[in-house]
Amino acid sequence: MAHRDDIALMAHLMRRAGFGASRDELEARVARGYDATVEELLHPEAQPPVDPYTLLRYQPSALLPGGVPPMGNVNYMYYLVTTQRPLEEKMALFWHHVFATGNSKVDNYDQLLEQIDLFRQQGMGNYRDLLMTVAKNPSMIFWLDNNQNHGTEVNENWGRELLELFSLGAGNYTEVDVREASRAFTGWTFGTKIPRLPYGRFPWKFEYRPEDHDEGEKTFLGHTGNFNGEDIIDIVVEQPACARFICRHLYNFYVADEPQVPAWSLQPPRDPAAIDMLAETFRANKCEMRPVLRALFSSDFFKGARYKHLKSPAEVVVGTLRLMGGYEVPRPGCGELSMQPSYMGQDLLNPPSVEGWHTGQEWINSGSLMSRINFVAEQVGNTNLPGVQAIVRRLQAMGVLEPEQMVDSCLDLLGPVEVGPDTKKVLTEQAKQWGQIRWDTPAQIEASTKQTGELLQLIVATREYQFA
Amino acid sequence: MAAIEKDPVLVVVQLSGGNDYLNTVIPYNNGLYRDNRKAVSIGDNQIVHLDQTYGFPSYLAPMKQFWDQGKLAIMHGVGYLDSPRSHFRSMDIWHTCEADKVGTEGWLGRVVREFDPRKENVVTAVSFGPCLFRALSVPGVPVACVAGPLETYGFLPSIRDKAQRQAVLDRFSRMYTPIPGSGVMEYLGTTGLDSLKGADILKVAPGRYKSDLKYPDTSIARKLKGIAQVHFADLGTRVFYCDHGSFDTHAGQNPLHASLWSDLNKGLEVFMADLQAHDRSDNVIVLIFSEFGRRVRDNGSGTDHGAAGVTFVLGEKVKGGHYGEMPSLDAAKLVQGDLNPNMDFRGIYSTILDKWMHLDPVPIVNGNYEQPGFLN
Repeated sequence: MAHRDDIALMAHLMRRAGFGASRDELEARVARGYDATVEELLHPEAQPPVDPYTLLRYQPSALLPGGVPPMGNVNYMYYLVTTQRPLEEKMALFWHHVFATGNSKVDNYDQLLEQIDLFRQQGMGNYRDLLMTVAKNPSMIFWLDNNQNHGTEVNENWGRELLELFSLGAGNYTEVDVREASRAFTGWTFGTKIPRLPYGRFPWKFEYRPEDHDEGEKTFLGHTGNFNGEDIIDIVVEQPACARFICRHLYNFYVADEPQVPAWSLQPPRDPAAIDMLAETFRANKCEMRPVLRALFSSDFFKGARYKHLKSPAEVVVGTLRLMGGYEVPRPGCGELSMQPSYMGQDLLNPPSVEGWHTGQEWINSGSLMSRINFVAEQVGNTNLPGVQAIVRRLQAMGVLEPEQMVDSCLDLLGPVEVGPDTKKVLTEQAKQWGQIRWDTPAQIEASTKQTGELLQLIVATREYQFA
Repeated sequence: MAAIEKDPVLVVVQLSGGNDYLNTVIPYNNGLYRDNRKAVSIGDNQIVHLDQTYGFPSYLAPMKQFWDQGKLAIMHGVGYLDSPRSHFRSMDIWHTCEADKVGTEGWLGRVVREFDPRKENVVTAVSFGPCLFRALSVPGVPVACVAGPLETYGFLPSIRDKAQRQAVLDRFSRMYTPIPGSGVMEYLGTTGLDSLKGADILKVAPGRYKSDLKYPDTSIARKLKGIAQVHFADLGTRVFYCDHGSFDTHAGQNPLHASLWSDLNKGLEVFMADLQAHDRSDNVIVLIFSEFGRRVRDNGSGTDHGAAGVTFVLGEKVKGGHYGEMPSLDAAKLVQGDLNPNMDFRGIYSTILDKWMHLDPVPIVNGNYEQPGFLN
């Protein structure tokens, strides 16, 4: 049997680099080893991709979700819940947080899903290449008005956000740099946005229009020349600020909650040495993400950051559905399930602005806390779900359980979840009202199963459970 | 009881997605309306006239009754300078009154803070909708958010047994005891206890509620009924909020717009009658707004995002009538094809804050704005 600490560490890795894992999976991974698991996560191509045909067989309308939720959300949620490439999908979500593009304006889920797909394909590759692809991504061009950025009339929206939110962070460039970068991206647009009716939606395609490009000389971050968009990106990724900015994003997403992005120019990182190490890895490997992720997941600061990250609504919902099982095919009701993160404050494919979601503590308000606790409690209290049954089977195999053992075992099998002494005391009180948990007769099994569900509900309602 | 003075209450109905101004308050004699609305105009025989200039589509009939009774103020050309046409950005500006930067405080959250600075009543504001609207969000200010039916509002509704649920909720409250100085854990503790307390207070409302009126079985009518229940229960709630939509009618506008407004109208009709039947109507006004109007020229089956829109305020104490005037439909006067706003929404807020809530509007809406005089 795997050592408890190994399981806890593996569970931590899988919560952060994926969306959690069942106890069976954790034990199998511990047997293979931590470093081997990190490598496996970093090389998703060894696992099969998500099968879109199952989705379409059950939900044909997901093929062309158009501008209407929840079909766009159903599509995305299906990938999140069924992927066998957890880090690939987690990285796609990471880039969705960074390159936040929203349906409120794009009004075309097909195009947004295509953007998520490119994050899947390139998310662990080279950041420079990814940035180039994003610069040519029609959803992004439309979202930040680069189709309105003309040689004769500059629109600075994309140029500004490229520097402020996608690469360097505020304070690392001037207003002149914004202007000059924007000039360099004139003529970067996409094929006509054909009205959606009566022919349905047309795929958008990147187009470069040389006649609309400003061919004049530009001075950008100390370099001068007749720059085009590619040159700007090449200059940007060479900046020390770029490595630090991307690595701080990684730290905030994978390690521990940082202040919100706009405060980064004012507040130093929680762990400056960690950012230094990651940024150095990023530079030394010429913007390759895989070595940076390897360094991150192998670091002591990562391993020591258990439960220092408040789960995002996507992590809450996806983690719960994957752990509980039974959601491998999109059944009726999947539309409502796919909207759950929205009810908790994270409308996937529709971030509130280009700044992305505010994370950490800002996920929580009276309504969202209630939504997340009620959703998870309803799932773990449903003893028909395979995930709950798996927990019950393991408890049953342990035989007679004293109240303290019952609490420890349930905490262990749900995480392991680490709770403070006060919380532990209350949980134990709950278990003490049942006395010993026994499995000798069908009536005992039924009662003990029900009590397991009830205890799991109280555990997921704790403050501690809101963290990953 | 009669001697107790009733506190003024504000109900906000948010029409999400951008309600089409021109098909809500129709300038039916204006040739430019017909010229621009080949596909989505309202036929002459389906317009009920308010006066010589404007009419409602017939599916706004209950609103016409309020108009005839002098209870409905119509604010024309509402918006703000340089309207961004983005749902999010525009809604955010309406919510935070910050047109130039991303605001962190919602205007109604500030109102709640003014009314209850010591956070003594966690149901001073109650929101009926899927999330905490930014209008209500101010760090540290409690707001009760009711996402589903009021009857099941609260933590762990999936535990059916009443006594067992109560025992679990008692444990919950002990687990959430905020420990000062514990940072996020303290915040979670406070939020958890506020929500628990809010749910505890609100749950009495459906039980106390009795009415001979029947609300339609629509999402907006259910929300309005919840508002009536909480309002009648005397829990000290001063601000109610709900949303309705989506009014984002880029395509297939006519039937969609009609059904959205019918649902709202039928709900409001019962709601207002319910308030009257309970002698609770004279301290309530209803603000109905949308983040923007829609483009003047239709796109063949719907309309795209526009700028100036219409805002309504409804209530016994409201001075009915037109306020301001519809911006010109003249092509030369349009801004990127849209009606140019000529009334700032913050002025409407200011009237409500000043004349109804008796608060200084300036720090809440971030400045001085001309107040349309729809309240005495």
